[in-house]
Parts: sequence; structure tokens; C-alpha cells
Amino acid sequence: MTLAPLLAVVALLYLGLLFAVAWWADRRADQQRSVIANPTVYALSMAVYCTTWTFYGSVGRAAGSGVGFLPIYLGPTLVMALGWFLLLKMIRSAKANRITSIADFIASRYGKSQLLGGLATVIAVVGVVPYISLQLKAVSGSLGILLQQPAALLPRHDAAQPFFADSTFYIALILAAFTVLFGTRHLDATERHEGMVAAVALESVVKLVAFSAAGLFVTYGLYDGFGDIFQRAQAVERLRVLAGSLAAGQGYATWFSLTLLAALAMLFLPRQFQVAVVENVNESHLKRAIWLFPLYLLLINVFVLPITLGGLLRFSGQGVDADTFVLTLPVAAHQDALALLVFIGGLSAATGMVIVETIALSTMVCNDLVMPLLLRWTGLAQGGARDLSGLLLAIRRGAILAILLLGYLYFRLAGEAYALVGIGLISFAAVAQFAPAMIGGLYWRGGTRDGALAGLSAGFLVWGYTLLLPSFAKSGWLPASFLTDGPFALGLLRPQQLFGLTGLDEISHSLFWSLCANLGAYVVVSLRRPPTAVEAGQARLFVDALKLSRPVGVALWRGRADSGELQTLVGRFLGPERARAAFAGYARRHGVADPATLEADADLVHFAESQLAGAIGSASARAVVASVAQEEPLSPAEVMEILDEASQLRRYSRELERKSQQLEAATHQLTAANARLQELDRLKDDFMSSVTHELRTPLTSIRALSEILRDDPDIPPPERQRFHTIIVGETERLTRLVNQTLDLAKIESGNAEWHTTEIDLKQLVAQSAEATGQLFRDKEVALSLELPERVPPLLADRDRLIQVMLNLLSNAAKFVGRGGKVTVRLAETPEGLRVDVADNGKGIAPEEQQLIFERFRQGGGMTDKPAGTGLGLPISRHIIEHFGGRLWVESVPGAGATFSFVLPRAAVGQ
Amino acid sequence: MSKTLLIADDEPNIVISVEYLMKREGFEVLVAGDGEEALAKIRQHRPDIVLLDVMMPKMNGFDVCQEVRADPTLSGVRILMLTAKGRDTEVAKGLALGADVYMTKPFSTRELVEKVRQLVGQ
Repeated sequence: MTLAPLLAVVALLYLGLLFAVAWWADRRADQQRSVIANPTVYALSMAVYCTTWTFYGSVGRAAGSGVGFLPIYLGPTLVMALGWFLLLKMIRSAKANRITSIADFIASRYGKSQLLGGLATVIAVVGVVPYISLQLKAVSGSLGILLQQPAALLPRHDAAQPFFADSTFYIALILAAFTVLFGTRHLDATERHEGMVAAVALESVVKLVAFSAAGLFVTYGLYDGFGDIFQRAQAVERLRVLAGSLAAGQGYATWFSLTLLAALAMLFLPRQFQVAVVENVNESHLKRAIWLFPLYLLLINVFVLPITLGGLLRFSGQGVDADTFVLTLPVAAHQDALALLVFIGGLSAATGMVIVETIALSTMVCNDLVMPLLLRWTGLAQGGARDLSGLLLAIRRGAILAILLLGYLYFRLAGEAYALVGIGLISFAAVAQFAPAMIGGLYWRGGTRDGALAGLSAGFLVWGYTLLLPSFAKSGWLPASFLTDGPFALGLLRPQQLFGLTGLDEISHSLFWSLCANLGAYVVVSLRRPPTAVEAGQARLFVDALKLSRPVGVALWRGRADSGELQTLVGRFLGPERARAAFAGYARRHGVADPATLEADADLVHFAESQLAGAIGSASARAVVASVAQEEPLSPAEVMEILDEASQLRRYSRELERKSQQLEAATHQLTAANARLQELDRLKDDFMSSVTHELRTPLTSIRALSEILRDDPDIPPPERQRFHTIIVGETERLTRLVNQTLDLAKIESGNAEWHTTEIDLKQLVAQSAEATGQLFRDKEVALSLELPERVPPLLADRDRLIQVMLNLLSNAAKFVGRGGKVTVRLAETPEGLRVDVADNGKGIAPEEQQLIFERFRQGGGMTDKPAGTGLGLPISRHIIEHFGGRLWVESVPGAGATFSFVLPRAAVGQ
Repeated sequence: MSKTLLIADDEPNIVISVEYLMKREGFEVLVAGDGEEALAKIRQHRPDIVLLDVMMPKMNGFDVCQEVRADPTLSGVRILMLTAKGRDTEVAKGLALGADVYMTKPFSTRELVEKVRQLVGQ
């Protein structure tokens, strides 16, 4: 027993060291030189996941089920590898809303509901208390082993022993005192505990070193390496199962449910939420934690099987609890220093967990349970200028003490009935109840306060019924028949075979029913009504946490307030000095010299509320701010409108981008249109120039000949006659030119009049041939017609078609030359009615065949130019195309030319 | 010895009127219906003066004028451009290419006769 003082001194020294580290880290934080603003520290602090349950319990579980301890570490590894975005979203939304705990998170998400925050707190406290008692049990157990060595037996707890004679009670008190010192030395508006995180990170290193040291000693000191231990274990029938089979004694269902459970616990255990979300300094730290934390889990599990097998081999048949192998093996081998190190490692695992867990729970109890009740019952918010920061700290300290005493109580009541792993899993299953409300809240806008309340309540009740009550029954606190026969002997309600569901272990069974009830109630109740304005607003902040660039909470408040009152209010909870500093800082950022002159707008109210939220939680902060600020409630429509602004801004910017692209495209189009207009303008100029030229040419002849006739009376009569004829001819040409120019302009601009009637093309062709008969006779050109019996009628403009025929016939007469031959053919083709005007003249050169359809481009080489205006073919082509047909020329130079047009039978005019 | 004059124009009626005028003035008149023919006749007959239309088939008047001016042996040939294209740029172009006088159609017969007399008299 002389060992006891030494152990006490070492333990207290170790705790003192931790405290010194914490104090140093806090000081560094005050100097803005944070030691925890480091991704490695962040990842190590997450390793608070590994408690005494890992340190001692993994070996215990391995002794029972081989590698069955692994799911507890697979879950978190999977979360980090595959679910890190969930963690990132939690961090982002928690920061944006100054979330202080997981209860606060849920309360805030569902409209800052105090009721929901309170319920979540109760669930967390009730669920986690067994876990805390587990730590007490482990520390007292390890202490007992060291004090009673070399017996190396876990001391049977003597239930008759009064609590004041029970060392565990004092351990609980010491841990409470230590936690109070750690976590509630002052009230932090951001609710962060830098010193605590630094100490926890150090403890993670210590427990890993201690466990690995024990593992190395067992593997290489007691045995001859991994191979040796496994080989020896293979030799023992009972151990072969443990060392070999993956799912020894366990179904895949158990593996699955334990992995899921551990994954959820990793996210929603209050202490994990505390270190991973609340204490997160920089979300980029997550990047390192994604691999470093799983690596830590891997390292701390490497020696679990060797120690288990080593212990089972060595203590075979001696009744030593496998939970203690880590400690009893070094003790049995008289390795005192190593045993002490292992004890310190176990102490690290316990204190780390207890400190973080109780701080997280005390924050919840204070912010989400006690504060709302105090505010409601005592009208604290209206209580004048009293400084309440002291009261807050007192509440938290009281909560820490109460939680640890509750843990001790559970330890006394139920602690003996379960191994370490069993107790831990009960807690895991409790916090898993947060999953639907948390994950749903992050991804589903439709979740409501009522849904979350219903889900949490249902899941919690089922959990209590299927896991907590049985744990009491096993410890004899409830009659055993409760387990075997069900309450009131109702077999269907047997808590561990609910509704006849058998074949699952108790944890999987409870997880299945509680999550079913939880998720079902959450979804069904949420769907019963649309979210209210506040719920929708908060939903937006969480669901869109990764999209919102800045908090939009500011915009969600409207009303009147007084800046002085707000500052006083914040001062009452944070202390007047800090409130003054905070408001002065706010004023500076807003370019106002005196905080007293600050305008109490929505921005300032939001600032005050978020300051308070850091200290007393979002739901309470909202309640106390409401006591000094007259808020005008927003309608759901208004909230949606405001919230939409953020997305509208994004939409606008996309719209803007699209518009500017459109503008660019429009500019291109305008440029193109402008170029086209310029081109048209140039064409018009050319046209005008051409027309002028064409008009001047006949005018020249007319003027010159007229002047000659006028000035010279002695011109012989034949000459005089000839000149007169030319003048008349040129005048006719001029008239034609003017008419055709106007005609073409009308057709091209679409202003021409069309008189569409049913026409017989055969008759029309014959009539045109007759009209030009004199011309052909004058030119001594033979004209022959090849017309069918009859052709179907057409819808077209009769006069226009005659115009085309006359143009083609007169062109042919003009170009074929004397003695030539022109043939007109009419035929029905699949395309429609086709007319050919073929001559046997000298033809048209290929390069000219298109040109002749352009304005003022007459075929070259003819002698009696005056007859043509250069507009006949362009006009003819326009007419034929107007009726859906086409006009073209085919010619072999030297062998004549054939002008053809085809008109569809169904041709209709405009 | 009478002076030689070439009329280069593709409009028969204009040729008729100008030919009548110039014959009355005592010129020996040659006629060309297109640019190539005009250039060939200028080279062959070295007329004292050419009444040159701009818009002609095969080769336009500007090109004919340029060819003539590029040929030192034809330096004595006076060129009077007659054209229906009356724009200032056309006038400037014609004169720049070496035409002695530029007249737009329709022209006054008296004026034309006067210009021709002046050119030949130089």
C-alpha cells in the first residue's frame, strides 16, 4: 500500500502538467499566437475519441470477439474518408451561427427552439452519463490493480461500501475540479477552449505512446514478435477463432450496425462535436485530419490483438478480466515503470474524455436547459444591470459537478453489469439519435421543429427502453423478468426482442428500432406542415452553409432597438468590460467613433445576438435579445424573399454574365448588320450609279442628235429621218428603263402588287408567242412552239408571267441573230410545269451565265443594244421565284442557249 | 491633210451622232466598238485625237488611256474621255491617267466640238 501515495503524486503531477499546458495555450491564445491553430493539433484533439474504452476496452472486446473491436474504428475512418464534407458543412454552419454545442446546433437549425435545445441536452446528458461512468470505472479499476499487485485481479466492486469510502467517488470529484479549472476559468464569447484543446492533443500523444509501449513490450518482450504470438494462439483451440476468423461469433449485421454506430458517434458525440466543430480554428485543418485521425486510430489498434492473445495465453484460466490486460501484463511481468506509464496513458484517455465531454455537456446544460428556464421563470433578461457572467460560470461549474456525480451514480447502479465496450455502445446508440435531425437539418429544408422534436423523442424513448432499462435490469435495479418476459409479461414488448425481432445483438436491435422510430417520426411530422418563417430562414443558413458567402441572418431581423440597451444586455452575460470592447470594435469596423451613437439596426442586433449566442446559446440569445428589441415579425413570404436575395444575387450574377454574353452576341450581330447595311448602301450607290449611267446613255444620243437636227438645217432628208427614228427609239428605251427600274425596286422591296388568279400556262405561252410574232418576223427568226394537249392550271399573276415570257422571247429574238431558230416548249415535270425557250445562237460563255441575271449586266456582243435595259432577266427571275419556281439558263457556247423556268403546280402567290 | 479622229464607244447611236458631228468638222473618222479594238486602231492609225468612252466591253476606257500613255510612240495622241459616269472620282481618275479632257454624257454638241478643236489646235 506504500504505492498509493506515489501513484497519487504521479497522477496529480500529470494532471498538473496538463493544466500547465492548458494555461500556456490560453496565454498564447490571448497573445494571438495560438498553438492550436495547427492541423496536427486539430487531428490529435479529435483522437479524444479514443477513451479508456479504447485503451482498456478494445482488448476486452477482442478477447470476446476477435477483430470485433474494429468496427468502432472503421466507422470514424469511413466518416473521415467518405463523409468529411458532412463535417465541413457542420463546421461552416456552426461558425456562421456561432454554435456552442450540438444541442445548440439542433435548436438553432430548427428555428432557435429552446424546447428542442433542452430535449437534445437531456438526451446528450442521459446518453453520455454511462460513458462518463465508464471512465470512472476504468480509472478506479486501473488504480486498484496497481495498488493490489501482484495479485493482478480487477477488484470486485463492493456495493455495500458507502460512497465516501469509495475511491471512485473521489476520482469523480477530482476530475470535476480539474474540469472546472480547465473549462470554466472564464466565459468565452466564442465558446472556445484553446487550453483544453492543447491539453487534449497532448493526452492523445501520451495515450498512444503508453499503449504502444505496452504493445511492444508484450509483442517483443514477452513473446517473439507478431508471428510468434499468432502461432502460439493457433495452437490453442479457443484462441484460434479469435486470431483467425474475421467475424468470429458475430454476424455481418452486427458489423454493419457497429460501424454505422461508430460513424454516427464520431460525428455526434458531444465531445467530438466540441473538438471537431466548435473548437475548429480553420476549416482547412480538416484536410490533415482526414488522414491523420484515421492513421491514429490504426496505430492505436495495431497492438490490440497481440496484447489480447498474449493476455489470454498468459492468464489462461486465472479469471483475469481481459479489459485489464494492458495493465496486468506489465504488472505481472514486474515492469513497474511500464505499468505506471500505462496507468498514465489510461488516465490520459479518461481525463481527456471526461474534460471535453463534461465541458460540452455543461455548456449545453447551461445554455439550453438552465438559461431558458431561468429566463422564463425569473425574468432574468429584464433584471436590470446585474452582471450575469458570474452566474453563467457558476451554472456551468455546477453542471460539471452534477454530470460527474451522475456518472458516479450510474457507475454504482449499473457499472458492474457491463464490460467497458458495452457501456460505450449504449452511449453511442444514444447520440446516434441526433443523426436524423442533424443530417436531415443539413440537407433537407423541409425539416421542422416539430419533426425534430418528434424524431428525437421517439428515438430517445426507444433507446431508453431497449438499452438503458435493460442495463438497469441486468444490474438488478429492475426485476430480471422485465428482460425475459417483457413488461406486464407482454412478450412482444420484451425490450431486447421488441415486436419479436430476434437474431440481433442488443445494440443492433436497439439501433434498428430507435433509428426507425426517430427517422420515421422526424420525416412524417415534418411533412405535416410547411416550415414556418423562422424555420425556413434557419434551414437556409444550414442547408446552404457551403453556398452562402456571408451570413444572411442580419437580413432576417426587422424592428427597433437601442444600442445602449443592447450593450448593457451583452455586458450582463459577458461582463461589461468585454461588452464594451466588443461594441467598440463593432463601431470601429463600421466607421463610428462612439459606440453610443451606433444606429441600432438589424446589423447591430444581429451582432449583439451572436455575441450572446457564443455565451448562452442561440436559442437563449434570441430570447434575451427579444426582451430589449421590439422585433416586427416577418411573414414566411418575407423571409423567403430575403433569403432568396442571396440566391438571387447569384442568379443575378449568372444572369448578368448571360446578358453580357448576349450583349456581346448582339454587338456581333449589330456589327454584321451594320456591315451588311454598308454593303447594301454601297450596292444602292452602285445601283444608283448604274441607273444614272443607263439613263445618261440614251439621253446622250437624244441630246446629241436633237442638237444636230436643230443646228444644221441642211441635213439630207434620209439622214434626218434616220436621226428622228433613233431619237424616238432612245426615248422608248428611256421610258422602259424608268419603268423597269421602278418595277424591280417594287418587287425587291416587297411592295409590288400581285394579282394571283388561276391561269392556263399553255394558253399564256401561246399568247406571248403571238405577241412577239412581229418581232421574230422582223428579225427573220423562226419561232416554233411545242405545247402539250393540255396542262393543269396554275395559281399565279397572269400579267407577270406574260412579262417573263415576253422578256425571254425578245431576248432570244435579239441574241439569236438573223436566220436563227427559237423553240418554245411546255412540259409537265415532277417539279411542276416547265417552259424552255431555246435558241440556236452563239450561246453564252459559262462565266457569263450567272452574271446575266444581275442588274445592268447584259450579254456581250450584240449590236442593237438600245433594245435592252439590263433589267429584264433580274425582274423575270424575281417573278418566277415569287411563285416558288426557278429560272435558269443552260448553254453550250456556239450551240445556242436555253432559258428555262419551272413553276410548281401548287404555286400560290402572296 | 485632214486630221484623224477615233470614236471608241459601244453605243451605236452615240457613235452615229458623234461620227456625223466630227465628219462635219472635217475629221477622218475611225470607229471602235470596244476597248481592245480601240487600242488596236490607235496603235495602227495613230489618230490625232480619240473620243474615248469609259464603259466598254473587253477593256474599259481607263485601261485604254493608260496603255496609250504608257506608249511613248503614242505621245501625240490627244484623248478626250466621254463618259456617263459623272462622279468626281471618275473625272479625277480619268485626268490622272492622262486624259486631256474629260466630258460627261450627255454632252452639248457645241461644247464637244469646241473641246476637240482646242485639243487639235494645240
